[in-house]
Amino acid sequence: MPFGNSHNTLKMKFSSEQEFPDLSKHNNHMAKVLTPALYEKLRSKQTPSGFTLDDVIQTGVDNPGHPFIMTVGCVAGDEETYEVFKELLDPVIQDRHGGYKPTDKHKTDLNPSNLKGGDDLDANYVLSSRVRTGRSVRGFCLPPHCSRGERRAVEKLSVEALGALTGDLKGKYYALKNMTEAEQQQLIDDHFLFDKPVSPLLLASGMARDWPDARGIWHNDNKTFLVWVNEEDHLRVISMQKGGNMKEVFNRFCTGLTKIEELFKNKGHAFMWNEHLGYVLTCPSNLGTGLRAGVHVKLPNLSKYRQFEEILKRLRLQKRGTGGVDTAAVGGVFDISNADRLGFSEVELVQMVVDGVKLLVEMEKRLEKGQAIEDLMPAQK
Amino acid sequence: MPFGNTHNNFKLNYSAEEEYPDLTKHNNHMAKVLTKEMYAKLRDKQTPTGFTLDDVIQTGVDNPGHPFIMTVGCVAGDEESYEVFKDLLDPVISDRHNGYKATDKHKTDLNFENLKGGDDLDPNYVLSSRVRTGRSIKGYALPPHNSRGERRAVEKLSIEALNSLDGEFKGKYYPLKSMSDAEQEQLIADHFLFDKPVSPLLLAAGMARDWPDARGIWHNENKTFLVWVNEEDHLRVISMQPGGNMKEVFRRFCVGLQRIEEIFKKHNHGFMWNEHLGFILTCPSNLGTGLRGGVHVKLPKLSTHAKFEEILTRLRLQKRGTGGVDTASVGGVFDISNADRIGSSEVEQVQCVVDGVKLMVEMEKKLEKGESIDSMIPAQK
Repeated sequence: MPFGNSHNTLKMKFSSEQEFPDLSKHNNHMAKVLTPALYEKLRSKQTPSGFTLDDVIQTGVDNPGHPFIMTVGCVAGDEETYEVFKELLDPVIQDRHGGYKPTDKHKTDLNPSNLKGGDDLDANYVLSSRVRTGRSVRGFCLPPHCSRGERRAVEKLSVEALGALTGDLKGKYYALKNMTEAEQQQLIDDHFLFDKPVSPLLLASGMARDWPDARGIWHNDNKTFLVWVNEEDHLRVISMQKGGNMKEVFNRFCTGLTKIEELFKNKGHAFMWNEHLGYVLTCPSNLGTGLRAGVHVKLPNLSKYRQFEEILKRLRLQKRGTGGVDTAAVGGVFDISNADRLGFSEVELVQMVVDGVKLLVEMEKRLEKGQAIEDLMPAQK
Repeated sequence: MPFGNTHNNFKLNYSAEEEYPDLTKHNNHMAKVLTKEMYAKLRDKQTPTGFTLDDVIQTGVDNPGHPFIMTVGCVAGDEESYEVFKDLLDPVISDRHNGYKATDKHKTDLNFENLKGGDDLDPNYVLSSRVRTGRSIKGYALPPHNSRGERRAVEKLSIEALNSLDGEFKGKYYPLKSMSDAEQEQLIADHFLFDKPVSPLLLAAGMARDWPDARGIWHNENKTFLVWVNEEDHLRVISMQPGGNMKEVFRRFCVGLQRIEEIFKKHNHGFMWNEHLGFILTCPSNLGTGLRGGVHVKLPKLSTHAKFEEILTRLRLQKRGTGGVDTASVGGVFDISNADRIGSSEVEQVQCVVDGVKLMVEMEKKLEKGESIDSMIPAQK
């Protein structure tokens, strides 16, 4: 694939204007930030592993975006990308993450005892609770750029680390490439199986190369803690269970993550993290906590209430259909989760979900009884 | 995208075994040839533009192939790919092109006067005639690897060359990115329009990057001579018309091609060609002449004859549906074209088509009358 530094050097024969992408029909964060002057400044640079500006932006060039959805349009190929190309990525991050400044510090808090409540969301309304995040393993390139050897090394480390978990977290790894039919069917039934990406946003950045080599799914015997290896990030970590006990879900999430992080550290490969960006992930949209905590909750009345969108916005929450991002709600059941990723800690984000969902359920109950909810309208968080 | 030579050097930290792709489920020409030893030997090499072994094979790694169709599984990123990676590509070429040896010489003959007959294929059976080939512009990287600046330079040169054509070749260029709706409709109605590739074979090789930048279609006013710019190759050149006058189609093909080549040569950017591989194209399957000369012909009876496939093999022809490669025939109408690309000249290949189709139409007429065709079965050409 194209942009090796030999080729990057050869490209310098062409003027910056000749190489600058045509972004006139584009609507993504990258296209809003990347001017010809900025392109000229950054185009001769590369990270230590050889990731170039054109590599960063390829997905955004190939996918102009949607008039109503603002995609990010750029990715990182390694940890250093966020430094070498900060002049592009800082403004993108700022636009995407509510004005987060290059000088801001991000706080990490994975202490579950700091979460207040969250164990009593009404199970008649809250059908399931889930927390997910991503982690990148320091010393390896990220999915858009990594070689097969690197990807396999990440898999090997992950299998070793996960294999050392005990008790409630004891589980098993299923490599995508030699799964049996029975295992595959079970993972589909459990809603655990991930498949080769089809989204052109992901494909254009090179994340699906060599599929399904070194990709796999690990989960504990109880099926409440799940790790995806080498999908869109090195690791995606998911804690989930039926019902409304978000506190327990978050407990397990924090405990599991912390244990896994120790195991990786002991092997000389900590997670990518810095005090400005928090956890470093492939897509700038997932920086900070990389955390999406959410519930599937029945809100048939509230979802038709004229101020539903406004309420969500004030609570710093977002809605999705129960198929995940870009799906529609079915039967009045919504996926409600935190809108933020960066600039708030994990505890703070899950607290917003817990408090917010509690309020939404109260509102739903009032509307069921035909009562008003204006007095319950929250202030902007 | 990944494999820059800095990254190629990084990868050497991993052993050849750690980087070697898993080809156990693969069935393409590359997978049949690329042993671990060969991978170890070639993996630290790169062409002058920085195209590496992993770049060459990525499409074949990502697309295991089909049990019944043998895909090529590798591409060139520039002219030098065929030299630097000859240890891989020579055996692939040999397998794909009937044992063509590394020492063989390929003959180019674009003198249309050397074609015998071909002006009298029966238009009651032969509905249309067409000849296509590809050309690569020396001095630029190929579609899997080129930068936007290079692709635009190819487009610019192509427009200059094509716009200088006159007489029967006088025509107009339609860039994909600024086509009006009306122009688009017309090009679709004429069956001229090409769209962004959807085949994973092409996408995995990186050919669709920056779409639709610097892509376009040129055709003459008579709509009998058509050039695609920057699709799967730098240029695809097509001569076509309704009816069975293949001689005329080939004449126009040769004359037009040679005029275009002259203009490129004047700009010091002739076509990529050498006496071993003939015309150099992106896919090893299109080396030599890169020529596919074919007709749409009605053969409802012959196509159901027990020896249809055998007859085609002996005539060195192949059949396709009228939608092109991998489509089914409709109403007994087949696309019949030459099977060979390298080791025989343009004139020889079109001669096979002319002679072969003439024979098959005669066979069809006999079968219509209920007569036997056993005496007409040809020897292997």
